[in-house]
Amino acid sequence: MKKGWEAVIGLEIHAQLSTESKIFCGCSTRFGDEPNSNTCPVCLGLPGSLPVLNWRAVELGARAALALGLRVNEVSIFARKNYFYPDLPKGYQISQYDRPFSSDGHLEIVTAERDEGGHAREWRPFEVRITRLHLEEDAGKNVHEGLPRTDLYSYIDLNRAGTPLAEIVTEPDFRTSWEAYDYVNHVRRALQWVGASEADMEKGNLRCEANVSVRRVGEEKFGTKVELKNLNSVRFMQRAIEFEIERQIELIESGGRVAQETRLWDEREACTRVMRSKEEAHDYRYFPEPDLQPLAVNADWIEQVRRAMPELPDARRKRFMGQYRLSFDDASLFTRDHALADFYERAAAASNPRGAANWLKGELLRELDAAGLAADASPVSPEELGALVRAIDEGRISGKQGKDVLVEMFRTGKGASQVIEEQGLAQVSDAAEIEKIVTDVLAANPQQLASYRAGKEALFGFFVGQVMKASKGKANPKVVNELLKEKLKAE
Amino acid sequence: MTVPGKTIELITSELSSGKTTARAVAVRSLAAAENLNDTLNAFLQIDRAGATRRAEELDREAGTDGAADSIVQGQNAATESLLRAVPIAVKDNICVRGLQATCGSRILAGYHPPYDATVVERLRAAGAVIVGKTNCDEFAMGSSNENSAFGPVRNPWDTERVPGGSSGGSAAAVAARVVPAALGSETGGSVRQPAALCGVVGVKPTYGRVSRYGLVAFGSSLDQVSVFGLTVKDAAVVLQTIAGRDERDATTADVSVPDYAAQLADDIRGARVGVPRELLGEGVDADVRARVEEAIEAYRELGVEIVDVALPHAKYSIAVYYIIATAEASSNLARYDGVRYGYRTEDPEDLRQMYRRTRDEGFGAEVKRRIMLGTYVLSSGYYDAYYLKAQKVRTLIQQDFLDAFDVCDAVLTPTTPTPAFRLGEKTDDPLSMYLSDIYTCMANLAGVPGVSVPCGLSSAGLPVGFQLMGRHWGESTILRLAHAYEQAHPLDARPRVMAEE
Repeated sequence: MKKGWEAVIGLEIHAQLSTESKIFCGCSTRFGDEPNSNTCPVCLGLPGSLPVLNWRAVELGARAALALGLRVNEVSIFARKNYFYPDLPKGYQISQYDRPFSSDGHLEIVTAERDEGGHAREWRPFEVRITRLHLEEDAGKNVHEGLPRTDLYSYIDLNRAGTPLAEIVTEPDFRTSWEAYDYVNHVRRALQWVGASEADMEKGNLRCEANVSVRRVGEEKFGTKVELKNLNSVRFMQRAIEFEIERQIELIESGGRVAQETRLWDEREACTRVMRSKEEAHDYRYFPEPDLQPLAVNADWIEQVRRAMPELPDARRKRFMGQYRLSFDDASLFTRDHALADFYERAAAASNPRGAANWLKGELLRELDAAGLAADASPVSPEELGALVRAIDEGRISGKQGKDVLVEMFRTGKGASQVIEEQGLAQVSDAAEIEKIVTDVLAANPQQLASYRAGKEALFGFFVGQVMKASKGKANPKVVNELLKEKLKAE
Repeated sequence: MTVPGKTIELITSELSSGKTTARAVAVRSLAAAENLNDTLNAFLQIDRAGATRRAEELDREAGTDGAADSIVQGQNAATESLLRAVPIAVKDNICVRGLQATCGSRILAGYHPPYDATVVERLRAAGAVIVGKTNCDEFAMGSSNENSAFGPVRNPWDTERVPGGSSGGSAAAVAARVVPAALGSETGGSVRQPAALCGVVGVKPTYGRVSRYGLVAFGSSLDQVSVFGLTVKDAAVVLQTIAGRDERDATTADVSVPDYAAQLADDIRGARVGVPRELLGEGVDADVRARVEEAIEAYRELGVEIVDVALPHAKYSIAVYYIIATAEASSNLARYDGVRYGYRTEDPEDLRQMYRRTRDEGFGAEVKRRIMLGTYVLSSGYYDAYYLKAQKVRTLIQQDFLDAFDVCDAVLTPTTPTPAFRLGEKTDDPLSMYLSDIYTCMANLAGVPGVSVPCGLSSAGLPVGFQLMGRHWGESTILRLAHAYEQAHPLDARPRVMAEE
């Protein structure tokens, strides 16, 4: 950012809650079905229909709120947000307004600026204040392509209408696009972690809007804010914010003024464009939804939800650093998703924390990422990874062999011992057996033995090679070395 | 002396004694509906085919002779037979699968809902035969039925006069003895007011007593499906059939439903009826005042203690009502946009024009007036001064009733300030039209039940009604009081336009 300037950024996230059915009726939330097949009088907004709250959406909303450090309010009120749009069948959206489901969140995340290559410079903790997380229904969607006479007609698919959403709004606490970027990623992971949302931006079940303004450093008043939409990935959002900050600074420095408006990110042209100005802004005429009772949850229920949630990623990362002595980077890596963290802990329990960490990070994750598999779909179980680590620790195979064994385990799904045995890789460590080979080798090479004993110690490698050859490579090199040294010395 | 005409009790007893069949009952009702419709315009749709088929089905189920032994069938025999073969009319803002639901509006002309309202489901389960959909003020907005896009309903007592509204078609159908009972809906008095003007009984239940699922919304926090009956007992039987918690309406309460009909009694000695004297002064027609005073006297003679009560905030109820009801309506009627169903304007140039023209051409003047009022009171900058303030006064009105019920079991007032007025008399003066609801809309605001009972005729021979309002969930009490009065003073006069007997 240009020196002397500061950006002020607030974010709004809409996350689809992972319920089977819609928030106010029993229709399926399945994605990709025949248009308008998952509909009923309620989500079609037919005259006379009434909403009934899906309690599962409330539960998942509570999980999301707790995972993001918000306070769940014991009473919240649904409100109607009134506006006309063809994909909005009732002419209003059931949302929440002045009494949201949860509020006053304090979320600690880690963030870092990035260098030109996109690599994090230095991670630092960062606190985000989350104003509110409220529950609402999604609208349907207008379809303008792929159907007859789209020059004359628009089509409407109401399968998505009534899908439950959590809207998550922050205070204007971000000062850089990377802080916003790290926050959204944090939220995504937290929602996935507690099973509240798939939070996949490509699928559209997590959507993001940014409010951006700039001001000179030291200025306390906020500048005029611009709302950014059409941010279809976290990276697009970061780029859009970055572009918008520069645009606003340039505009002001050249004597212009920022207009309060909504702008869309154009990824192809890498710029933002005006969508609508403030003059066209809506008066949504919010009022309490008379068809629904106030949403009441008590402290016991909230506690029950909290207890049923898995350990949150940050807590788990901290525990990994303490309990397993992992570095910040390793602990962060293993807590990037719930399945991976579970995998690591099981592998560590089946071997040792250090070894499990090294083999998971260095070898198995590479295979998993290449195959596009999540940890819980790994063909190598955590217990088998642990068995492999033990085999190496105990010297049954070498580390180098271990890598080949792992690849084979990953390919075939076979256990560590089975692969080691099938490939005949198990090292011979039995001293008596090796001693016999050593004795045979020395007896077969009397000339070299004499030279060695006469002082030509460079021949030691020759003897090692012969022993390994005789053992077909299976002899434990460490035992071979020790025995050879002993026997060569002996008269 | 009794109320003339075939009550539900009479129909079901004739049926079980084999004197008649379900088919004969239906045919008689359908014929009356058809024959009188040119005069009254009470029905927007008469379901001759469906009603006849259903009646024949009922006859088959009962056995060839339609005899009484059929009543003991299955577990719910008692409920199933409660309305067996009883013809019932349904207001056109309540969804009946297979029939239209225009709500008296051009914007829903030709609209056929794909589902049954919960109340209709329950009526069908109890054996009722739905004969048709009745005319009403557009989206239930009106007090004279002159706001229907399909022409006004006429009062069977005097066809130059209005039947009241908005459920005027249902009221006229019952008054003309086409059916012994009908469903209407109330937001501010749309059943009790036409009941009074047509000389029949009208009951509005406690808010949350009857499911609104399938009732096309007007003012959601006020709307209740309500019942017309030829007698109190007719209304009571239908009400107990449709009442009770519905999983599809989150505002229905899980409160058990008494057997209202069985609890009706002639002896009401010791009951206390409160009269808010300040509401019986100015603006009340002299005949209405006289009939209501006589009714109060009649209660005294029945051993009821008459006490004075005050409803100090009742005078604000019209103002509060027209803020809350219109606010909710402005939102509830947003869905009629021409996009998915109902009327759509021809060849709009763009989306905005489609919305504007569809709604301009589809809605009538009163509906537009209320949408604008409601939009205004919810607008940013006005919300606190209007909507929020009205909600606060609504709470005070509710408190008035709670206080009154400390000293009495029911509050008695006239149902309407005047008997039926002439067609066209008030159409140019919406405010004077709004005052027709002055006694009724307070019960909707407070959420309490109310029943309107005929109490004689005016000097011009028009029916007059009084109403009793009761405690939340206290329908039994007011129905019992209403029934005892009716037993002692049945309205035995007949309207001029009436089905042949």
